[in-house]
Amino acid sequence: MTDVDDAIAHAHHEEWARIVATLAKRFGDLDIAEEMAGEAFAVALERWPVDGVPPNPGAWLTVTANRKAIDRLRREARRREKHQEAMILSDLIESPSIDDDRLRLVFTCCHPALSMEARVALTLRMVGGLSVAEISRAFFVQEDAMGQRITRAKAKIKTAKIPYYVPSREDLPSRVTGVLAVLYLVFNEGYLASDPQKEAVRHDLTAEAIRLTRLVHELMPDDGEVAGLLALMLLTDARRSARVSREGELATLEEQDRRTWDRQLITEGHALIRERLASRASPGRYQLLAAINAVHTDALDISDTDWSQIIALYDQLMFLDPSPVVQLNRAVALAELDGAQVALAEIDDLPLEDYHAFHATRAHLLRRLGRGDEARVSYDRAIALAGNTAEIRYLVRRRNELGDD
Amino acid sequence: MAQYLISVLSDRPDPTADAMEMAAIDAFNEQMQKDGNWVFGGGLGMPSTATVIDARRGEALLTDGPFVETKEYVAGFWIVQAPNLDAALRLATQGSKSCNRRVELRPIFGAND
Repeated sequence: MTDVDDAIAHAHHEEWARIVATLAKRFGDLDIAEEMAGEAFAVALERWPVDGVPPNPGAWLTVTANRKAIDRLRREARRREKHQEAMILSDLIESPSIDDDRLRLVFTCCHPALSMEARVALTLRMVGGLSVAEISRAFFVQEDAMGQRITRAKAKIKTAKIPYYVPSREDLPSRVTGVLAVLYLVFNEGYLASDPQKEAVRHDLTAEAIRLTRLVHELMPDDGEVAGLLALMLLTDARRSARVSREGELATLEEQDRRTWDRQLITEGHALIRERLASRASPGRYQLLAAINAVHTDALDISDTDWSQIIALYDQLMFLDPSPVVQLNRAVALAELDGAQVALAEIDDLPLEDYHAFHATRAHLLRRLGRGDEARVSYDRAIALAGNTAEIRYLVRRRNELGDD
Repeated sequence: MAQYLISVLSDRPDPTADAMEMAAIDAFNEQMQKDGNWVFGGGLGMPSTATVIDARRGEALLTDGPFVETKEYVAGFWIVQAPNLDAALRLATQGSKSCNRRVELRPIFGAND
């Protein structure tokens, strides 16, 4: 990769959502916003190698995208163009409250009239800047189908006139639930990216998810689940440096060097949880997940982990969300208290054949029970299903450690 | 302003509203007229009172009954005008409550901006 390629990739990660949001606000059209943002980057690919990388790439890209949009509208001779031109000339680069523009974009992409899968896809594309291929992979969907999903969602926004604004005070609470679900998905995609070609932890996506969640938290400081999701993200992200070893291998909680954990993020996360506990309100799903992470981040060493606290929290979580993945994660904690045999019995019948972590967990438990051959089969299955390079390396090492028994 | 079609869905043997529903619908219609959202509306005859006409190839071919037999059918409708989908959703919510049935909200092409 040349320096220019680096600059463009970096600009894409940093500026995409802002450019799309600004254009969407100006032209009231998500299609135009997305297309013109794309065209601006195409021009950058042509010009920057020749003219050099501009001192303010974001501004350069925004101006270019605006110009392209005006050209396009002029060509299509829409009625709106005169009005839009006047707007553009007056507030070109200094777009006020850029964060609010992105929040507007988030609420629009997460509108309840769109299906959950459409919301996730649209938010990841328009706000996260992920390609259709990346989004498809993250959700185990064919690329064509994913492309159609996004196209249909944008068409619905346009035709049904889903408004481009932050919802009214009365609509806000229910709208936020939808947004949180989407942001959590984005965070997870960033934290453990599924494309083996990309880095294992895409900080840009996790940072974006955290940034947007912070915004929503400012807007709704009394909402427990918003605070819970923010705490969950912070406590998870705090472990980012320890998550992938120097050899590019995933490090589990057992193996992580806890000295590299970000104490500031942990402190912030713990503070949010303490606030929620003080409110005495019944904790929702995100708050419980955050609390589980808080127990982990409280321990200076894996041996200090309060596993019974964790299991108690999982029991509460099972009440709200008795899904197989939650059962699986609870079993991992259970193994620490009641042993591998009990944990294995808990998970054997879970319908998670296509989930790599299921097979990885089984492999780990089987290995602890001295059932090496079965462990190897499970490791192989996990490796075949895993999409993350660092994780694959870790699983391969564990499998090879089984030796020739 | 955009226009939307709100279709009232029913699976009852008789599409007509009962007295309480009628009162609620009247109040809803009045409010919409006051607020400038009302364009048109009305109740529809049973699907069995429908006729399908196919005049694509010259002489009209008539079929007695609805174009498709379904458990749920359109029993009535409103055409409303609203600035955006959120406003239309609020109307449709009120509509569903008043006539005590599910409704489908669809944007109408062409009558916008």
